[in-house]
Amino acid sequence: MKMNRREFIKANAVIAAAGAAGLALPTKASNLITSSEFTKLEWNKAPCRFCGTGCSVMVARKEGRIVATQGDPDCEVNRGLTCIKGYFLSKIMYGEDRLKTPMLRMTNGKFDKNGDFTPISWDKAFDIMAEKWKATIKKKGPTAIGMFGSGQWTVWEGYAASKLMKAGFGSNNIDPNARHCMASAVGGFMRTFGIDEPMGCYNDMEEADKFVLWGSNMAEMHPILWTRVTDRRLSAPHVRVAVLSTYRHRSFDLADLPIIFTPQADLAVLNYIANYIIQNNAVNWDFVKKHVNFRKGMTDIGYGLRPTHPLQQQAQNADKAGASSPSSFEEFKKFVAEYDIDKAHEISAVPKHKLLELAKWYADPETRITSFWTMGANQHTRGVWCNNLLYNIHLLTGKIATPGCSPFSLTGQPSACGTAREVGTFSHRLPADMVVANPKHRAITEKIWKIPSGIIPPKPGYHAVLQNRKLKDGELNCYWVQVNNNMQAAPNMNEEGLPGYRNPENFIVVSDPYPTVTTQAADLVLPTAMWVEKEGAYGNAERRTQFWYQMVQAPGESKSDLWQLVEFSKRFITDEVWPKEVLDANPSYKGKTLFDVLYKNGQVDKFPLSDRAEGYDNQESEAFGFYIQKGLFEEYATFGRGHGHDLAPFDDYHEAHGLRWPVVDGKETLWRFKKGSDPYAKRAEWDFYGKPDGKAIIFALPYEPPAESPDADYDLWLCTGRVLEHWHSGSMTQRVPELYKAFPNAVCYMHPVDAKKRGLRRGDEVIVQSRRGETKTRVETRGRNKPPEGLVYVPWFDASQLINKVTLDATDPISKQTDFKKCAVKVIKA
Amino acid sequence: MKTSKKSFAKITALLMLTGTAFIAVGAVAEKTIRGDHFATLRHAPLNTEPTPPPLTNEKEHHGSLARNYPAQAPIIPHQAHKYQINRKVNQCLSCHDRSRVHESKAPMIAISHYLTRNNHFLAQVSPRRYFCTQCHVSQESSTPLVKNTFVDVDKLVEASANKKQH
Repeated sequence: MKMNRREFIKANAVIAAAGAAGLALPTKASNLITSSEFTKLEWNKAPCRFCGTGCSVMVARKEGRIVATQGDPDCEVNRGLTCIKGYFLSKIMYGEDRLKTPMLRMTNGKFDKNGDFTPISWDKAFDIMAEKWKATIKKKGPTAIGMFGSGQWTVWEGYAASKLMKAGFGSNNIDPNARHCMASAVGGFMRTFGIDEPMGCYNDMEEADKFVLWGSNMAEMHPILWTRVTDRRLSAPHVRVAVLSTYRHRSFDLADLPIIFTPQADLAVLNYIANYIIQNNAVNWDFVKKHVNFRKGMTDIGYGLRPTHPLQQQAQNADKAGASSPSSFEEFKKFVAEYDIDKAHEISAVPKHKLLELAKWYADPETRITSFWTMGANQHTRGVWCNNLLYNIHLLTGKIATPGCSPFSLTGQPSACGTAREVGTFSHRLPADMVVANPKHRAITEKIWKIPSGIIPPKPGYHAVLQNRKLKDGELNCYWVQVNNNMQAAPNMNEEGLPGYRNPENFIVVSDPYPTVTTQAADLVLPTAMWVEKEGAYGNAERRTQFWYQMVQAPGESKSDLWQLVEFSKRFITDEVWPKEVLDANPSYKGKTLFDVLYKNGQVDKFPLSDRAEGYDNQESEAFGFYIQKGLFEEYATFGRGHGHDLAPFDDYHEAHGLRWPVVDGKETLWRFKKGSDPYAKRAEWDFYGKPDGKAIIFALPYEPPAESPDADYDLWLCTGRVLEHWHSGSMTQRVPELYKAFPNAVCYMHPVDAKKRGLRRGDEVIVQSRRGETKTRVETRGRNKPPEGLVYVPWFDASQLINKVTLDATDPISKQTDFKKCAVKVIKA
Repeated sequence: MKTSKKSFAKITALLMLTGTAFIAVGAVAEKTIRGDHFATLRHAPLNTEPTPPPLTNEKEHHGSLARNYPAQAPIIPHQAHKYQINRKVNQCLSCHDRSRVHESKAPMIAISHYLTRNNHFLAQVSPRRYFCTQCHVSQESSTPLVKNTFVDVDKLVEASANKKQH
């Protein structure tokens, strides 16, 4: 029915008149309720649940439900803005198909890997889990159990999980999906600076003269950061923006210097810029002499494939991929000399005038330049190199760690930094950038954790891609997945992921708020509380730690990941999981539960329930009898305080709208490594204190070809990625009707000429096929992404179109991060 | 038995909600992996490839669409994919800018769109709000696979006011 304004008012006039005449009408008939008794909303802050930008939102609660969200005006990240996903945060918890009870595959009342999912109690769920875990540890040892978490764990969830795996079960087989996302960035930081995470901060966006995007579509993937770049570009007319990518996307709408390059050619372009800087006397000698060392990296390092793969067997140095040797400026100069403009053009297909223009931006000593990168550089079989090469050009020119001069690695997930990286939930890491392979680091950790020495195994565990391989091979048998949807995310699902989960030898547990592709492949599914259904903390891409309170109850029997981890620890005693010789040497630990030794250890249980803020529930603390989030956080914070990773006291974060670490004497740090802005930078004007001599490293690293390139049979490049409206695999955003309808299904973005060549028209059903598998989708020849001829783009948010059946599980050999941006496919009419 | 997508979704939802014993649903061959009722966004076993739904178009609505709460960015009630927005042109503003709405009859962009990061009003739209589609999206004519049980705050207010009256 369509009504014009006059008719609409007339129809409503009856109600208004009755109200004016003072007639007693039921409340719903009066047209407005104004009493604040009813209309008042309770607001509090929470970081957004989605990307690594870390916008803060204000969340409104009424009658035990979340009823509204809006951008937090007091948070510096977003100052009142959110992107389209953020505007709909209020609805992500209310999908009708929330899981409400644990469910186990059963036949005739018993577990059966091929049975139907049947509701069971938490007690029964933990019974079968403990039974499987214990039998497996007994039979094969702790390397046969594993866990896969994410950069969406809260800080204390990741910390509790890491403790449970590394100190409890004595297994390093814990890895986050940040391995798919940020591992190459971590590798880059550790190699160049010896310490993880960006030196700059978002304030660089209001200071820079030039911005360069290297494999990042910020307009869609970091929209609120893009508002800051856009603000700077459009309000200060001298500012310029370059966007480099293998296809045209929305960030090109702001580009002054748009550059499409051949996949993998970023390595050659970066070396060309370094060469240009040297050839044109633009080296900042004062900086380089004082603050830089040179090294030459190992080459021909393989592609992180299974050892039986021909490409691995051909590689000379696959077993020492991360190695490097000392070098000098003269050697580096000679090394990059071959990357002249002709060679860079030949490899990248970028017009020479554009290459030259870009090189000049970096070389000009007066230009404050900020480089951004995300998955284009990280999801790359030479991702660590790519990160190193980016730092090279900033270090050669000394454009680093000062306002507007920033090599800035952007993050994909809300707490990839705060949890996965800082807490160290990777299979090779410990908190505060320490690693399991270092005996001193293990000793420090065991001391802080108050556990006997010899518990944390020295050998790194299985990383994400290796976990799937080991599941398939039957070497990893008990597996717990939390806060992510890896069956939809991990590469080569057909050959590795699915056979691994469905291997009859394996027992797969998945914790999730919603049914997902991963729960579909699981044996036991645990209903999980999410976001403001629990108290949490995230750390964003600019080292900002943000807290939130539990504001509502989770539905049904859903429990947080934290509760699940800690409650499960009660099912084990040390004698069942710790080495006998360690217990014999430390008999006081005998007969204790893992809950006793990991969480009720005098530290984690130190803070009473009365420390909690009034007016907010806290399911976990109420269950365990102490303020567990505070205890875990304070124990964790002891790792970093005094060591360049200082976190503020717990309670401060519930007040502040985020603080950037290191927080020293109550003051956050905006630019690290620079005297005056970083209290740890003391020895010189720039002090790269992650390295013993305070010097960062410039690495000589060449261009090497990708693992798989198009050929006669598979004639197109495939690039995967996200879209603005959906977060990762879409398990939250696809359940918000407005977001679903904004982008309901994945499509195959294709150049119109490529479509025509294959007899395809927009909307045609097609099969995207690689050597590993295929998926069905539809052709899109227009819209936001415009690939060049020879490349297609298929997003991965759509559970009904699994593009990871097609992708290749080649990884960077150093970081073990998958290259989701390059493999060879063909597209045929379905 | 072949089940249509809609009835599949219905059956699935019912199973999920009641939590009763599950039965196999849909035309599932023996070799496929069970667990279909967990496929609420997929409607297919993991080792099969469903036919992708046809592309849909952005819908033309009459008037504006209701907001879920006051601070929600309004949904675009019309087709917008052809509108150009780049650093030189913003076609959305050719109707929604203050200077144009008396002719276009379109709603004016909110006054918040004139504020800088530091809360100063500018003479024209603030550059931080320049790319409209970061916050505003059109709607395609497809039907969501899963219902959302979000409750509008008005309903809660009304319920509690009624409760008080009785």
